[in-house]
Amino acid sequence: MSETGLRAEELADAAVAGDRRALARLLTAVENRTATAEAALRRLHPVAGGAHLVGITGAPGAGKSTLVAALIAEARLAGRAVAVVAVDPSSPITGGALLGDRVRMQAYASDDGVFIRSMAARGHAGGLAATSTNAATVLDAAGFDLVLLETVGTGQSEVEVAAAADTTVVLEAPDMGDEVQAIKAGLLEVADIVVVNKGDRPGAQRTASQLRAMLGSSTVPGPASGEQVVGEGRTRPKRPEVLVTTASTGQGVPELLAALDRHRSAGRDGLADAARLARAEAQVWAIVSERLRDRFHGAAARPVTEATLRAVAEHRLDPYSAADRLLAALDGEQPRP
Amino acid sequence: MKQRPIKVLIAKPGLDGHDRGAKVLARGLRDEGFEVVYTGLRQTPEMIVTAALQEDVDVVGLSILSGAHMTLLPKVTRLLRERGLGDVLVTAGGIIPDDDVPALKEAGVAAIFGPGTTIAEVAEYMRSHVRPPEA
Repeated sequence: MSETGLRAEELADAAVAGDRRALARLLTAVENRTATAEAALRRLHPVAGGAHLVGITGAPGAGKSTLVAALIAEARLAGRAVAVVAVDPSSPITGGALLGDRVRMQAYASDDGVFIRSMAARGHAGGLAATSTNAATVLDAAGFDLVLLETVGTGQSEVEVAAAADTTVVLEAPDMGDEVQAIKAGLLEVADIVVVNKGDRPGAQRTASQLRAMLGSSTVPGPASGEQVVGEGRTRPKRPEVLVTTASTGQGVPELLAALDRHRSAGRDGLADAARLARAEAQVWAIVSERLRDRFHGAAARPVTEATLRAVAEHRLDPYSAADRLLAALDGEQPRP
Repeated sequence: MKQRPIKVLIAKPGLDGHDRGAKVLARGLRDEGFEVVYTGLRQTPEMIVTAALQEDVDVVGLSILSGAHMTLLPKVTRLLRERGLGDVLVTAGGIIPDDDVPALKEAGVAAIFGPGTTIAEVAEYMRSHVRPPEA
């Protein structure tokens, strides 16, 4: 086996055995999409699958980090190990990022049952969901019961990260706008659970009832009645539960944890299964497309690829015919050993 | 492959409540293309080292104005070594008398940036002194 492969397996085994340094290094490899990450993920995927993956998204300032901190506290009381992946945007100009989500999650420095990792979005188109899914797989394999993926709900790729989880929580602040604003945001479409945070502010209960009315949700928590298909065959409950929390005091947080558990167990047979399948599909197709691209740019195919791309650029060939031509060229290729 | 941005932890150990400088530095380093983890005020050495470990940072930048640097900074470097993070670059900034610098360097603080240091200087120092990235 290659040195990278050996190193990757050592790191993976150490991370599973509880070595936090190895875990952190693996997450870096995942972020950098290195060969080490790939080799480690091959080994870890069969070990993973036990964790509940929860996506948490919402507008900036809605209180995501504070709610995550409150959820950590609640989950620790229940004896569950919690990992957090907090994604913040990267500057499109400098590539830099300011990752500030830990500020509200500092109470667990000496608690081995809590692991927090910040990640910069790094602007890879569509790749952020792949990277965070892989990060979640690593944390899952390392034995965390609850993996929280926190993202800013401002861009498509950030929303996709949260939506790739088993359960997606969308956070709203009271009086962030009227009902029309809530519909416009589009965020609510991915919600399994909607949380109105800052419940101690005036208008929180009103916002919650407006959301319930708008989402056709009942005030009585219970299994979602009926399903609807939202894009690409993803199934979502028709009626996300709407809860009110005050994350800064912990008010409503036990109820939220209970709602997460309910969603997960209700989904074991149906909904979460669909989410898992959609996630697997996204993962595998992302890799297929990356591999295809690599092959087209490999030494053997590059001249044909470049000539074809140029022909499209110069309008001598349409892009559809170009794609067909490239795929036909691959068909004639010998499969790699 | 594109070079991974350098990842820096900016932390304020100790009890002083002045984080303007740390925030300015965090933002400045972001604009220099760094990925900056900012952890806020009143960090214990344990909190800083746990954050450095979980975040797998290349650099720990400590800002300290309280005068407790001779206790807190060596404690951070010692804990880093104990937890296998001896290869992480540690720098400090704030109000640190020249007389204390040799002892701090001896303790493993690689560079000390006093008042008047520009962000470009800090960034340049970090770029040229971080450990090489892993494959």
